[in-house]
Amino acid sequence: MRISCPCCGPRDRREFTYYGAADYLNRPALDADASAWDDYLHLRDNPAGETRDLWYHDPCGTWVAVTRDTVTHAVIAAEAVA
Amino acid sequence: MADLSAREPCAGLGLPLTLGGCRLAALPVERITAIQPFPGKVAAVETVLRAQGLRFPAPGHSHEAGGARIVWAGRETAFLFGMAAPEGLSAHAALSDQSDGWAGLRLEGPDARAVLARLLPIDLRAGAFEPEACARAPLNHMQVLIRRAGEAAFDLFVYRSMAGTAVHELTDAMRAVAARQAAVR
Repeated sequence: MRISCPCCGPRDRREFTYYGAADYLNRPALDADASAWDDYLHLRDNPAGETRDLWYHDPCGTWVAVTRDTVTHAVIAAEAVA
Repeated sequence: MADLSAREPCAGLGLPLTLGGCRLAALPVERITAIQPFPGKVAAVETVLRAQGLRFPAPGHSHEAGGARIVWAGRETAFLFGMAAPEGLSAHAALSDQSDGWAGLRLEGPDARAVLARLLPIDLRAGAFEPEACARAPLNHMQVLIRRAGEAAFDLFVYRSMAGTAVHELTDAMRAVAARQAAVR
């Protein structure tokens, strides 16, 4: 599996660390009720197909949101988050 | 009081070393300055560097002028090798002296790429990694800054504390490649 780092170009999966679902980008407001925070922390989809998650490119320090397919292992898109 | 004496980062590691078609040597210690432009100041940094015949490198690139090299070393970061930071640069960028923090190694010879292929997951063929190209990449579990120094020569910079491990990893790979070549011949 290869991921295109927006900074460095296509690199091997070994250079990346997985940091979980892209849901982490949608942080509830501070005054949101407990169920919103419960969803944010614990509820995840487990799709057979397209999914979006966060990866960290260790050599350059770029956070990348990767859209990929869990069935075919295709990497569809990768964009810098930070 | 402790008697401290200056040592080069690769002292006592048995370099230079030739195994098969490959030579591993320590690079001479030289001044390294990290340049990190302040927000929105890349153009101003560029102007100061141009007076020295240098440019602020794009990711994966390096430039050479008058014995000095400037090498992309991370996001919004470049390392200036072999010269003091030019006058006026500190107004536009954070500068930090890195000279003592890195150990430089040169791996060269016809088998250099085969040796590195065992350790680094990046494409080092000339078409994908041309002379003066550089990258941050893992050398097994160590982070390394690699730069192509010639057709079959690569400069590797690792954190100084990891010099011994880097030499060990590279020597093992050199030995394996040399053994394989000998068996094939």
